[in-house]
Amino acid sequence: MFDPGLLNYWIIMILMMTGLYTVIAKGNLIKKIIGLGIFQVSVIMFFVSMGKVRGGTAPIAGEGFEVFSNPVPHVLMLTAIVVAVATLAFALALVVRIKEEYDTIEEDEIRELEAGEEG
Amino acid sequence: MVTRHVILRSLSKVLIPLIMLFALYVQFHGDYGPGGGFQAGVIFGAGIILYSLIFGLPKARMVFRLRVLQIIMASGVLLYGSVGIATILKGGNFLDYNVLAHDPVHGQHLGILLVELGVGLTVCSVMATLFFLFTERRRREDV
Amino acid sequence: MHDSGLSISSHLPAFQIAVPLLSAVICVLIRKARAAWLLATTVAWAAFAGACVLLNRVILHGTISYEQGGWTPPWGIELRIDLFNALVLIIVTGICAVVISASLTSLSMEVPEKKHNLFYAAFLLCMTGLAGMTITGDVFNIFVFLEISSLSSYALISQGATRRALTSSIQYLVMGTIGGTLLLLGIGMLYMVTGTLNIVDMADQLAMVGPNRTVLVALACVTVGTSIKLAVFPLHIWLPNAYTYAPAIVTAFLAATATKVAFYVLARFIFSIFGVELAFEQLHLDRVLMPLAIVAMFAGSIVAIYQTDIKRMLAYSSVAQIGYMLLGLSMASVTGLTGGIVHLFNHALMKSGLFLVMACVLYRVGSTHIDAMRGLGKRMPFTMAAFVIAGLSMIGVPLTVGFVSKWYLVSAAMESGQWPVAVLILLSSLLAVVYIWRVVEVAYFQEAPEDAPEVKKAPIGLLVPVWTLVFAIIFFGIFTSLSAGVAGDAARMLLGAGS
Repeated sequence: MFDPGLLNYWIIMILMMTGLYTVIAKGNLIKKIIGLGIFQVSVIMFFVSMGKVRGGTAPIAGEGFEVFSNPVPHVLMLTAIVVAVATLAFALALVVRIKEEYDTIEEDEIRELEAGEEG
Repeated sequence: MVTRHVILRSLSKVLIPLIMLFALYVQFHGDYGPGGGFQAGVIFGAGIILYSLIFGLPKARMVFRLRVLQIIMASGVLLYGSVGIATILKGGNFLDYNVLAHDPVHGQHLGILLVELGVGLTVCSVMATLFFLFTERRRREDV
Repeated sequence: MHDSGLSISSHLPAFQIAVPLLSAVICVLIRKARAAWLLATTVAWAAFAGACVLLNRVILHGTISYEQGGWTPPWGIELRIDLFNALVLIIVTGICAVVISASLTSLSMEVPEKKHNLFYAAFLLCMTGLAGMTITGDVFNIFVFLEISSLSSYALISQGATRRALTSSIQYLVMGTIGGTLLLLGIGMLYMVTGTLNIVDMADQLAMVGPNRTVLVALACVTVGTSIKLAVFPLHIWLPNAYTYAPAIVTAFLAATATKVAFYVLARFIFSIFGVELAFEQLHLDRVLMPLAIVAMFAGSIVAIYQTDIKRMLAYSSVAQIGYMLLGLSMASVTGLTGGIVHLFNHALMKSGLFLVMACVLYRVGSTHIDAMRGLGKRMPFTMAAFVIAGLSMIGVPLTVGFVSKWYLVSAAMESGQWPVAVLILLSSLLAVVYIWRVVEVAYFQEAPEDAPEVKKAPIGLLVPVWTLVFAIIFFGIFTSLSAGVAGDAARMLLGAGS
């Protein structure tokens, strides 16, 4: 059942589910965004651990090094990290605006205020 | 404010130039060694943010105005894009650096250098802008 | 490439992405609202013209492959345009061009003028992302462009006039990010199995590897991830809020493009990468997607009937219409897939037409509540006539585009012997009659309240785009060779490549 060679996948899955749970269960918008961040980071770790070759070095040609890690997933993740940063920044900016407009960042309180507007 | 955090202030006076210099090192060695625009931009941006954390926002804002940062941000992307357009005009495909110089190796070198410079400019100014915008907001609310 | 004119036009695929991107940046630099609008409109119409040229070239000469940076695929990033994505590209750029032409008039109501240049920048970025997703031949590029279009659409939605736009935007952001990240996870698993990111190469490698557990999980991740962006029935909860509270122009744009491109991505992954055999014969994706599609058709329409805000009603109707597209996809037959693709094309025309009508109403009356529509048939005759024609097309009346797609879907259901499905398609069309009729009844057969302020006709800047779309609805309802013909060829190509 438990294969130590798959340890990284176990960690990634636990992280991912932690993130997803936080997004779903927490009402505080900041906590939701943190959960979203954990969720994204778990996928980034998935790619990074995928590219690692045991005993491999950084892919720089030099004498005496023959086994290299695969750099492609790492490069891809550079872009994914930028996407994550942009999402985080934009989400925080929205939260700041929501705090200014509603004076709260708790989802259930916001929902109450919105229900009051409609009714 | 002037007398507080003497250690931090004097240390950072030494550190910030080094950080920025290191950012430039990472930027301009990105074509042959590890590094490149993203990393350099973030390091340079971190230098700006560190400066404004320690010496206060007003001082930092005197050097880095939002409008100037916005222009740098845009020109970084424009630099990247115009390299692409230039390669098309010189008869290659989009972002095919080979055609930039007579020798393909030089072309690649020049292309990567310019593109990474564009990336670095944009990333650095975006980082600083993000920091300034968030801190500005708070100050406006307090006043 | 001796002729310089030819050599420039051979770079059209790259220009489809690069020009809107660079113009978005220039929009940030010019601070004048009108100049930014002029630039954005020019670029959008140029992109539309480029897309038409590309489709023509694909029809004449077959699939176009463009090597970015001169690196040969599968190592380099390739832009690959075949019949399917050329059609989607036309829809994206065409709708973008029409809507952005209308935005000069409509936007001044909802967004302060000093933010207009940034608004157009975000608009162009969104278009860059959508066009990029459509024409790229690299799966990781799909993710990157997806996030570009998503981030800019969150920004566009948050510009709505009320504070609820902010909460709708963050709701969409949370769900959209989860969707995008799941797609990325699926792409990662595919990369693990195949060692390539190029779509064509990936399909070849996958066929050699055959199905294993990683591939199945990858298919699940990709399907769920794109379904969130596509707003497939249980994952649609972000859509009504986002469409209702976004500025009217943004709704008209996103409703016609964002979900359509998500549909394209889903179809591309299922048919071009995984293949029909894996997705439908081994995993039985149709047993999941078809019930969801049918539930969406009914649930979306029934909820739409009870809405008092017309923008919200149209948003729920979008959920139902996405059900039709998904139904076509889940049948996995040539006629069914043709129906799905044609409906993608047709629904984009009708829905952006209807939402632009709402932009007119909002501009003159100041509300899209159903009570505000009383007597509008007489007071805004051209606007409401456009609503009626687009509404008839929603129902599926002959001589409009809606009929064409329903025809394909019903005949696909009959072809495969699924009579109940055909009946359900017709029944759900009746629900569309109900919600469209509600508006028509209020607008034409109820008198305006006496204290109602004087309402002028809609401004010409909005009416021209609306009627452009209405004419397209009728034109493609009569001359179906372009939309349905190309869609049929595209469906044959997708199913041929998959088996």
